[in-house]
Amino acid sequence: MAIMNNIEALRETLRQEMERDPRIIITGEDVGPRGGVFRATQGLYQQFGENRVIDTPLAELSIVATGIGLALTGYFKPIVEIQFADFIFPAFNQILSEAARMRYRTRSDWTVPLIIRAPYGGGISGGLYHSQSVEAFFAHIPGLYVVAPSTPYDIKGMLRAALMLEDPVLFFEHKKTYRLIKGEVPEEDYVVPIGKAAIRREGDDLTVISYGLAMHDSVKAADMLAAEGISAEVIDLRTIRPLDKETILESVKKTGKVLIVHEDNPTVSVGSEIAAIIGQEAFEYLDGPITRLTPPDVPAVPFSHPLQDAFMLNPEKIAKAMRELAAY
Amino acid sequence: MATPAKKSNKTKPSGRPSDHLTDEQLLKMYRTMVLSRKLDERSWVMNRQGRAPFHISGIGHEAIQVAAAETLRPGYDWVYPYYRDLAFILALGMKPVDHLMGLLGKAGDPSSGGIQMPSHFSNAKLRIGSISSPVATQVPIAAGTALACKLKGTDEVTVVCLGEGSTSQGDFHEGLNWAGVHKLPFICIVQNNQYAISVPVEKEMAVKNVADRAKAYGIEGVVVDGNDVLACYDVMVEAVERARSGEGATLVEAKTYRVTPHSSDDDDRTYRSREEVEYWKKRDPILLFEKVLFERGILTEELKQEIEDWAIAEVDKAEEEAVNAPYPDVSEMTKHLYGPMPNWEV
Repeated sequence: MAIMNNIEALRETLRQEMERDPRIIITGEDVGPRGGVFRATQGLYQQFGENRVIDTPLAELSIVATGIGLALTGYFKPIVEIQFADFIFPAFNQILSEAARMRYRTRSDWTVPLIIRAPYGGGISGGLYHSQSVEAFFAHIPGLYVVAPSTPYDIKGMLRAALMLEDPVLFFEHKKTYRLIKGEVPEEDYVVPIGKAAIRREGDDLTVISYGLAMHDSVKAADMLAAEGISAEVIDLRTIRPLDKETILESVKKTGKVLIVHEDNPTVSVGSEIAAIIGQEAFEYLDGPITRLTPPDVPAVPFSHPLQDAFMLNPEKIAKAMRELAAY
Repeated sequence: MATPAKKSNKTKPSGRPSDHLTDEQLLKMYRTMVLSRKLDERSWVMNRQGRAPFHISGIGHEAIQVAAAETLRPGYDWVYPYYRDLAFILALGMKPVDHLMGLLGKAGDPSSGGIQMPSHFSNAKLRIGSISSPVATQVPIAAGTALACKLKGTDEVTVVCLGEGSTSQGDFHEGLNWAGVHKLPFICIVQNNQYAISVPVEKEMAVKNVADRAKAYGIEGVVVDGNDVLACYDVMVEAVERARSGEGATLVEAKTYRVTPHSSDDDDRTYRSREEVEYWKKRDPILLFEKVLFERGILTEELKQEIEDWAIAEVDKAEEEAVNAPYPDVSEMTKHLYGPMPNWEV
């Protein structure tokens, strides 16, 4: 079994899937000879040619829109790359008004099997416009799948799963995990189902619900707390829409305490939704306040190093919040 | 290679593609225009009677639409219409009842089952793409469809329609840019009716013709009298040939006029003179076509009456069917959000 980092797992899965299915094409800025600014498509243009790995004009609206138009024909399964999630907003209307609603508004006569990949997240000196977490905007939209895999194993399994769907998928990849996170990736075929969370660490005293880079930090924090005699369960959501309510509620019913940790802004966020679900469906099991830990409610990650450090979550910050909740 | 936008020469004496249209074809086109007009007028009546909550009209736009459809292969070529394309979708094979089902929000509305507002046409079997209400979004989507056809190696042509008002959107620019970069089998028909609701064309753009912009995208641009169905046919034949033979995209600007208010909720007396509207009513595309057909001896007063009677009877029949058709069950509201979850077993 090969050890890969996240970007390697992504690239190898793209390669394997393109070899398997000639309908898969990739479009985006710099995805061609350059192989993507994060190297996600490195070598694919050389292997599959300019008709399957297509460099586009620098225009996110039409990268997504042409992806929709390609998908509607049924001739191709496009995977489009938005270079940074921060730049996806010119395409927001196309995603909201077209991709997400096509099936609904045509009673499934037309469907948009389209994958939109976008690196998101901070901690890489990307400042306001190369660091944002944008998942909440899209998680609000019926008709979309929103996923955020954070391990090499899941990236392979969930990209394969996303390709099996007949609806648009926002495939968010935390860019700091690209080279930071390594793990085993089986060579054989497997699928990680969309809509299924993973329990990364079992525990009894409290539940931590997270995804992305913050999930990895949460596991580290849980390890730290284990030494102090606090047993924390860590859930990696993996899919943000639809949420795996079953796994969330089961864990909360077991531990009675829940800390939701994410890098995205707190107001009207994924955490807000999870808190509402728990409040409504597991109220009588709670032994403490549903708690959220996020960066401050500011637009995005500031560039200057001390400010970036102050913004970003880390295992120490998460451990502190966990201790406080455990002591409640 | 890019060439400047050019005017079609509708007075050219011979050799025009439309010269080769048979009498049957001409009468078919005329019938569709009359049918669309009667259906459109009925929709206004049903709205004013309080039986239909909303109507958006294509009256005056019929010539370019029917001409375009006549140059295409329905169900083979891809068409992304817009909300004034009633005559277009009829010419492609949709039925009057299809429109009226949508007008009344009935379950039998083939475009959306009563989910969308009226005139948001769609028909997957006929390859008529579905549109939303934010304008011009369909242009880059259509470019993507044209790209798919090119990559697949088919000779299918993709046509997209919009009004000149919608050309102010960035989507229009981006779609045409793709069409130019990839030399796509793509035709963008701008039905320039001179108003974006109340805003006149001179407040929409500084150029005289929308088609002038084609040069900036490296595609062909052509201006045509959108009320002259044969002139429209001529430019469309050329554009379709260009697309089908791999020679690239065309921006067709059909100059017409919206003789009705923007929609049933608009009052155009607040922003334009009655004299202006009356002037254009005299240039009605159906009147102009009738003149040609009379001159050629294809149409007679008797046949004209017969066609009108037929069209009204078709609309009567469609209205009765739509009125008596059931509304969607409320359970429909939460259906068709996603396809079935796949079997995850590999």
